Amino acid sequence: MTIGLGHYLTVGAILFTIGIFGIFLNRKNVIIILMSIELILLAVNVNLVAFSAFLGDLVGQVYALLVLTVAAAEAAIGLAILVAYYRNRGSIAVEDINLMKG
Amino acid sequence: MLFPALFFYLFAGVCISAAVMVIAARNPVHSVLFLILAFVNAAALFILLGAEFLAMILIIVYVGAVLVLFLFVVMMLDVDFAELRQGFLQYLPIGAFLGAILLIELVLVGWTIDPNAQQTVAAPIPPAASVLNAQALGHVLYTRYVYFFQAAGVVLLVAMIGAIVLTLRHKPHVKRQNIAEQIARTKANAIEIVKVRPGQGL
Repeated sequence: MTIGLGHYLTVGAILFTIGIFGIFLNRKNVIIILMSIELILLAVNVNLVAFSAFLGDLVGQVYALLVLTVAAAEAAIGLAILVAYYRNRGSIAVEDINLMKG
Repeated sequence: MLFPALFFYLFAGVCISAAVMVIAARNPVHSVLFLILAFVNAAALFILLGAEFLAMILIIVYVGAVLVLFLFVVMMLDVDFAELRQGFLQYLPIGAFLGAILLIELVLVGWTIDPNAQQTVAAPIPPAASVLNAQALGHVLYTRYVYFFQAAGVVLLVAMIGAIVLTLRHKPHVKRQNIAEQIARTKANAIEIVKVRPGQGL
């Protein structure tokens, strides 16, 4: 009944897969896609912290902290782009976001 | 020995079910709330792993700031979300297929820690009885990894400026105080002396 590294990594793998699956499934809804990216980054953090704990190395937690920072910045920028896009177009459907297509 | 395992399965189970609900919920507001639930349970998993500082950061910064920002944006944008769900079932089979393959591959990897990896530990975790997790993390973060810490600060600064630049909007017909213009105003360009002849007017 001991919880080992594999258990935590399995949780991370499942969260990662759910994130990927969410991007597949909600291809039209950009907000859900952003949330799926958050889930993927959470899975990465679970992996880093699990390895940090089971290897006895603190650097994994330092790295998880940096991943958290980048995830927060990404969410802020993504939502700002979304708000600016909604103001200009009045819609956030991903299918309409192809103005820069060559 | 039983209780940590029990709590692990509880938190992991709730975390994963909440993550499933994030992508399956019809209402995006519900999605954000389930995402908050998933993050809180992930923080509990971090506490089980002994990373208390990261768990607190996850709750305070992530749930408290980022996900509330998500909630703001979801409620602010007045979008017909039912329309956005068109084609949800269309992508379900191929998505489930690829997701299942990915998950099976990831789980089948069979993780074992190489014994040599234990000897290359860069910053060993001190025993929990002597130093707290936050203290130990600070000792490492502010000394050896101080440049990474500052780079993280620069990332946040750039994100903040970028978000402001993207969403700031000047309306053309709003009257605003222009302090520089007011201070630069002198007697020469503010007052005009006109000689008025008596009986004629201007």
